[in-house]
Formats: sequence, C-alpha cells, structure tokens
Amino acid sequence: MANVTLRNVRKTYTGGFEAIKGVNVDVADGQFCVLVGPSGCGKSTLLRMVAGLETVTGGEIDIGGRVVNQIEPADRDIAMVFQNYALYPHMSVYNNMAYGLRNRGMAEAEIKTRVEEAARVLELSAMLERKPRQLSGGQRQRVAMGRAIVRQPKVFLFDEPLSNLDAKLRISMRVEIRKLQRRLNVTSIYVTHDQLEAMTLADILVVMNGGQVEQVGNPLAIYEKPATTFVASFIGAPPMNLMSTRPDEIKSQLGGSATDAGIVGIRPEDFAITDQTPAGGVALPLTVEAIERVGAETFVYGSRQHEDQRVAATPGELPPGEIIVRIPGTEAPAIGAKIRVAAVRQKLHLFSGDGRTRIEA
Amino acid sequence: MQKQAIFQSKLLPYALVAPQLAIVLIFFYWPALQAVIQSFLLQDAFGLSTTFVWFDNYIELFRDPAYFEAIVRTFFFSFAIAISSLSFALLLAVMADKPLRGSMLYRTLLIWPYAVAPPVVGVLWIFMLHPSLGVVSRYLRAAGVDWNPLLDGNQAAALIILAAAWKQISYNFLFFLAGLQAIPRSVFEAAAIDGARPMRRFWTVTFPLLSPTIFFLLVVNIVYAFFDTFGIIDTMTRGGPGTSTVTLVYKVYSDGLLGGNLGSSAAQSVILMIMVIVLTGIQFRFVERKVTY
Ligand SMILES: Nc1ncnc2c1ncn2[C@@H]1O[C@H](COP(=O)(O)OP(=O)(O)OP(=O)(O)O)[C@@H](O)[C@H]1O
Ligand SMILES: [Mg+2]
Repeated sequence: MANVTLRNVRKTYTGGFEAIKGVNVDVADGQFCVLVGPSGCGKSTLLRMVAGLETVTGGEIDIGGRVVNQIEPADRDIAMVFQNYALYPHMSVYNNMAYGLRNRGMAEAEIKTRVEEAARVLELSAMLERKPRQLSGGQRQRVAMGRAIVRQPKVFLFDEPLSNLDAKLRISMRVEIRKLQRRLNVTSIYVTHDQLEAMTLADILVVMNGGQVEQVGNPLAIYEKPATTFVASFIGAPPMNLMSTRPDEIKSQLGGSATDAGIVGIRPEDFAITDQTPAGGVALPLTVEAIERVGAETFVYGSRQHEDQRVAATPGELPPGEIIVRIPGTEAPAIGAKIRVAAVRQKLHLFSGDGRTRIEA
Repeated sequence: MQKQAIFQSKLLPYALVAPQLAIVLIFFYWPALQAVIQSFLLQDAFGLSTTFVWFDNYIELFRDPAYFEAIVRTFFFSFAIAISSLSFALLLAVMADKPLRGSMLYRTLLIWPYAVAPPVVGVLWIFMLHPSLGVVSRYLRAAGVDWNPLLDGNQAAALIILAAAWKQISYNFLFFLAGLQAIPRSVFEAAAIDGARPMRRFWTVTFPLLSPTIFFLLVVNIVYAFFDTFGIIDTMTRGGPGTSTVTLVYKVYSDGLLGGNLGSSAAQSVILMIMVIVLTGIQFRFVERKVTY
C-alpha cells in the first residue's frame, strides 16, 4: 500500500534532450492513475523513472513516503508490465511467475501457492508448463500480469500493456485489468496513448504533452472542463471542434461576457441541426462534405463557409474550416446540403487566444 | 510457402551451378580423394616404388604412442582455446552491450584482431613473449618467473593457447554481441525489477538465452583450434620444444613434408577429415533444430 508522488520531476537524456520538464503528480494509495498523451510526449520515460530503469535528473519520486531516486528497481517494491511483455523466453509460465519470488529467497511452497493462485485468477492454470512461445498474445499478456501480481508489490506500472492485442481482446483485458486492480487495491500507473483506454481506466488522469503535464484530474472532469485546447482536442473522439472567435460572426453571438476568449470549442455531440440560435450560444452555417454512419450515431463532416476562420494547429485538430457534428441515429442530411448547426451557451468551451488557458464564462 | 525459381530450360540450372561445382571438385574433392588413395600406399625410403598396403598405415598410426599423445594434446588445446576464448569474448560482449559513449569505437577495435592472419598472430606474440627479444618476457623474468617457452613445453603450450585464443576472441565477440542485441532490453529490465542482481541476471537470463550462440561458437572454435592454429604453431614453436606443441594438423605436416612419410601423413589427414565431418554433422543437427531453450 503506497501513494506515489512526483515532485517537479525532470529528465534530460545524455545528449541534452529534455524529455520531462518538471512534472508534479500525486497518486493516492490504491488509485489507478493513467498517463496519456501523444507519441513521444514522455509517458514511458516518466514511468521508467518511477520503475528505476531511467535515472532521475531533477526533482523527487516518492513511493510510500520514501524518496526512491537512488534506489534500485528491485528495491522499490514495484512490478512492471511491459508493452512487449518481456517474458523470459527460456522459462515455463510457472517459472516466469516464480522467478521474482525465488530471487527474493521465498520458500518453494509459498511460491507454489502464490503462482497457482495467480494462475487461477488469470485462467492460466492449464498452461503453467508451457513456454511463452507456445502461448497466444493474450495469454502472454496474462502471464506478464501474473508475474506482476504474485510479487504483491506496492505499485503496479503498466507501459501500454494492451497495444499488441486485437481490438476485441483489448477491451476485455481492459476490463480485467481494472477489476483485478480494484480487487487487489494496488496503486497503479498506466501508460497509454489511447484516450478511450485512459478515460475508462483512470481514477486520476494525467494528460501529457511535450514532457509537461497539461492537466491532471478525474477523467470526466477533464472531459467536461479541459484546461487547454490541447486537452480539449486530445480527450474525446472525435475531437472537439475548435474555432477562432475573431470572426465577428461568432464574437457577436457570444456577446460581451466572453470578450477575452480567442478560441471557442464545441464537442461534436453538443451541436444540433437547427434553424434557431440559442441565446449566447453559437450557430454556424455548414456545407455537408461527408457522412459516417457507425450504427447508433452518425458523424456529419461539414465545411464552414468562411475559410479564414482557423485556430493554430494542435494535435487532433480538424482540417481547415472543418466541423464534425455527431447526431444520434442514422438519419443525416445529404452530402452537399447546406445546413445550420447550433450549440447552447453551457456547452461552449472558451479558451484564451493561445489555447493555454480556459476561460470560465 | 516455398521459394522456387522457374527455369525455361532443364539444362540452365545445371549450367549455372557448374562453375561452383567444378571448383569444389577440383580443389576439395580431388585432393581429398588423393589423400584417401595415398593413405593406402607405402613408399620406400627413396620414393622410388610404392606398394598398396591396405590399412597398414592406419594400424601403425594407432600403435604409435606419439600419435595418441598428439590426439590428447589436440583435444586439450582445442578445449583450452575454445573455453578461454569464448569466456573472454562473452565478458567483453556483455560489457560492450551497454549504451555507453565510445562503444562503437570499442567494438570496432575488438573486431580488428580477426583480420590478422594466423602466422602474423604468431609473430606478434613471439615479439612480446620471446625469451630474449620479447618485451613482456623481461617483466616476467623481473617478476621471478622462469620464462622460456623455447625450452619449457608447458610454457610453449600455454603460449600457443594464448595466441590462438586471442585471435578467435573477435569472431566470438561479434557473435555474442549480435546474440545479446537480439534479446529485448526489456527482458533484462524485467529481471532487474524481479530482483535479480547482475551476476544472477547473467546466469539465469543472459546465459541461457545465449546458449544457442554458445553452442554454435563452441563447435566453430573447436574446428578452428583443430585446423587453423597451424599457422600459429608453425611460426611460434614449430611443434617444439620436443613434440610438446605438435597437434594432429601439425603432425600431418611434419610427418609428411618434413619426415617424408607420405602414407602415414595421408592416413592422418583422412582421420582428420572424418573428425571434421562428425563435428560439422553435430553442428548442423543442432543449428537446424534451432536449439534450445
Ligand atoms: N534513451 C533515450 N535517449 C534520448 N532520447 C530519448 C531516449 N528515450 C526516449 N527519448 C526521447 O524522449 C522522448 C519521450 O520518449 P518516450 O519513450 O517517453 O515517449 P512516449 O510518450 O512513451 O511515446 P510512445 O507513445 O511513442 O511510446 C521522445 O522524444 C524520445 O525520442
Ligand atoms: Mg512509450
């Protein structure tokens, strides 16, 4: 049982590249923390620093009230699940799980109990004598999980553990991991670049970008109140529509209270196709460019009539002038049709002109 | 799926491999056949007449205690060379496998000795360890060692083993490094998190995962020690002092070319050939089975 606290953690790789630029995160005991962000933002680096596989070049990492900066991985009482599973190819499933326990001098009888218990939970009991190469991807993944849980560590670390599985297995393993973590109640840090995985797993979500934390908090709170345009466009699929308020059209609709806002964001599901203009809300004329029907809902891709209305590019952003509208069901306007969409005032997200600050209306 | 080239003419494929086959036949099979024939013949002292003597040359060989000594010595040399060269190369490879600055330079330097021809290796080591000329010898004697490999058979043997092992380190190093780099980094990291200290990590993870490479190199090194050490022995000791560094290959040369006993020399060659065939057979069997863990 332990909390994990990162205090102004920094990492500069030999060669001078600064991968982590001062990160502060506090994960309480038993919480599931997810680090999410685009490729190369430093998620793995941060996780590996917690594991002790990378040196810390600044700040402090605190596990269970003990600063571990100088402590060997083996002595941090953590377990890690790697993206490629990192099973020992020459050892049987049983020995893969028992290895960490043997290294710590545990009695064989106790090892046997623990490994068999883990195997039962993970439905691996029938495969204890197999070698990793005789297992499917999903089974290997479970062995990697088993290796982590038999140790009964204070902290679980996961580096994209599901990214090598197919979509269906990914979803079921996601649920399994969450159930297991709840039951064992072990503090966990989980790295992913899949925002859906992040949203569904996290007690506490850390959105990272370029070696920095953009926002920390409850996933739904982040979804509802993204702190920056980066978070707004990264969390949620399809991404939030972001528009400059410079054009008089939007500005005049927003009215006096939002004069500081340089960017307005509207989630695709917050638009409705309507001829009305809600008071203080935003209405836009669109030309339908494409339609995507996915069953329960339909995405309408429309281009705005004014081409100059653009916001500086951030990841996940739409092509120039494009707006995505999500409507329930399969009824949709025809391609080429001229429609009008609107969002009410409460659903607008207002940001400063540089996208770094959220403005509460 | 099998890759198979389609030829229009039935003769073309044979025509294409013909030059290669010709070379193999003329330079390998023809001399081998000559050796086999020669091994059944006995020449008189002046080389004027030859008689067909069946297996007499072989029988005589196996009755000769010197030949038996050479066999034992060769096996001893081979294992000593293979083991020392393999372990040292493995140590170097494990050290070079770390992402350190300058590791490229270090690796390149380690590969160089392989480019040096065996006789040159012999000369280099003589320069260092010759009792009167050698640089190192002076220090050895200053340190109280009675160093004279020209007179002391054990020292001569040690010298041969040292030089031959040294030359083979580069080759082994290359294979070990490649083998190490084929193991995902995260496996070592997982072992570190699993509480295995470096030594234990080496014996429980690195070593077993390298075992196919180790086995392959063991066979290659033994074959090397059997045959390719000829150049080193010839330049350093010429089999001496006495016969203390005469290996099977060197004996073929000394009995045949220096001693003029062509029949016995040929019989020895044939025995060596059989040994190589056996060794290679073992190697192929294991390589094909992809040994392993
Ligand atoms: N050993 C290293 N030396 C120098 N730079 C490195 C090293 N490892 C990673 N980096 C750099 O640090 C940055 C962060 O890498 P990291 O692996 O943490 O990204 P990530 O967020 O995990 O990305 P992904 O989602 O693709 O796994 C990248 O720009 C990467 O190029
Ligand atoms: Mg990563």
